Amino acid sequence: MSQEDALSLNGPILETRGLTLRFGGLEALNGLSISVESHRIVSMIGPNGAGKTTLLNAITGVNLPDDGDILFRGQSILGLKPFQITALGVNRTFQQTQLFSNMTVLGNVMVGMHPRTRSGFLGGTFHLPGERREEKQIRKRAEALLERFGLLPRAEWRASHISIAEQKRLEIARAMAGEPAILLLDEPAAGLNIRETEVMGDLILRLKGDGQTVILVEHNMHLVMGISDWVIVLHHGSKIGEGRPEDVQKDNRVVEAYLGT
Amino acid sequence: MGKRNRIYLLIYAQIVFDIPLLLRNNYHLMVLNVAALNIIVVIGLNLLMGYAGQISLGHAAFFGLGAYLSAVLTTTYGFPVWPALILAFVVTGAVAYAIGIPTLKLEGHYLVMATLGFNVIVYIVMIQLDAVTGGPSGFAGIPHLRMGGFVFNSERKIYYLFWAISILVLLLSLNLITSRVGRAMAALSHNEIAAKCAGVDTEKYKLNIFVISAILASLAGSLYAHYITFISPGTFSFFYSLQVVTMVLVGGMGSLWGSIFGTVLLTLLPELLHAVKDYNVLIQGVILTGVLVFFPEGLFPGILEAWRKRRVAAQQETAPTAKAP
Repeated sequence: MSQEDALSLNGPILETRGLTLRFGGLEALNGLSISVESHRIVSMIGPNGAGKTTLLNAITGVNLPDDGDILFRGQSILGLKPFQITALGVNRTFQQTQLFSNMTVLGNVMVGMHPRTRSGFLGGTFHLPGERREEKQIRKRAEALLERFGLLPRAEWRASHISIAEQKRLEIARAMAGEPAILLLDEPAAGLNIRETEVMGDLILRLKGDGQTVILVEHNMHLVMGISDWVIVLHHGSKIGEGRPEDVQKDNRVVEAYLGT
Repeated sequence: MGKRNRIYLLIYAQIVFDIPLLLRNNYHLMVLNVAALNIIVVIGLNLLMGYAGQISLGHAAFFGLGAYLSAVLTTTYGFPVWPALILAFVVTGAVAYAIGIPTLKLEGHYLVMATLGFNVIVYIVMIQLDAVTGGPSGFAGIPHLRMGGFVFNSERKIYYLFWAISILVLLLSLNLITSRVGRAMAALSHNEIAAKCAGVDTEKYKLNIFVISAILASLAGSLYAHYITFISPGTFSFFYSLQVVTMVLVGGMGSLWGSIFGTVLLTLLPELLHAVKDYNVLIQGVILTGVLVFFPEGLFPGILEAWRKRRVAAQQETAPTAKAP
């Protein structure tokens, strides 16, 4: 067993401690402490403006918190740049899909493999043997990923020309290409119909089946309650409850703040 | 680089090396030799504009640094030509690095202002630093390029050398943009935040591309100095920077083949319009405006797209049953 596996058994893979992030006068995150265990699907729910996306932005280094700490495998990742955090093994998707729209579907996934590959300017400019070898591997692995996500027939299409559901899957495929230890999904079912949402749910469960840790931000309660191992409820940047899906649904404060029924 | 690009490149090289057989006039060769140098500058600038999403209005300064460094090192200090050329582009690259570090860390188009200012400064230094540069009257007596005993002292010899170098630059640039690094660059120019989160060190790549871009301009400048054997500050003013940016835009940002089209077109055009020489700048302006209004992605990609559409339309006409339910 590698040291990394040992660590993930000993403690949470991701932790935030007293995380505070302000936008001007607005406290988007207010002393938020959460803890995420390996190989689970952990969902963040809460009304709009609860701080869910801000939390993902803080974890991925897009926004710098004003206070608190973020630990990945027990080490602080505070202040690291997004590409460094991605290299460590935290990868994400966006609420509004952020694909490289002028590139092909395959190209998008190949970019996703960037942190796990090495060829540089010299190798690329002169197509050195090492670069050619790596390029073949990149293509092969990218195609395998597309196959896994049902996108292989679209490989040579422009990313902007495929359906919304396919774009959502492609974004996850691109994130998975970085071989993340944690996958952060920001509303993967937004804009999808019921059938497509089911497919998305199955896909996320399949990822978990392969051992993937997933943090899910999602408004679709049916999806959240159906696939999550653990649910954390945010409200005004603070945690107001957490637990297994069936327990969270019964929690009065949660029902009041969010579910509203 | 894909198979298709390799075939295009072969055809292109064939055409390029056949042209001098048809041209008897030295003047025509001279215009094409300048075009070859412009292509080197414009390909470098297009890597920056099309792949790093940044604009430089100071490429005339990098071109000029290459030219003056080569001129001074060889003529004043007696350096051999090729080592001087390499030293010139190392120095120019270092200068670009120093400009790029503070400006490329900021999001937005700060590089434009920094390079514009840099161009003006370099221009002033060229004029004022009489003792080294020869001031406004220029720098004469620069040696020709030579390889062993072979001296590149005629338009025809220069033609083969410059076009071979420009084709090599095109080949290597095509290699680069189809590599892992090229994909990362394309990604960051389309969507910087997504590229960062996909693990691309966007600052590093932008800086590296800017340095490569400046080095290519410097290389072209050195070749220019040894070709004309006389340089003066006027060649390296801000207007040349604008000209090469126009060539990139007309050819299409991100399209290296387009860059060749744009460069050749805009280098030859003034020669064709000799009769209306006074309106040269005006005509360039009209072309740029027209291209930006009607072909915002560039003239070359625009023409390709129009042609493709026509072909598709023609196919549908000849095969109407394909569309029937």
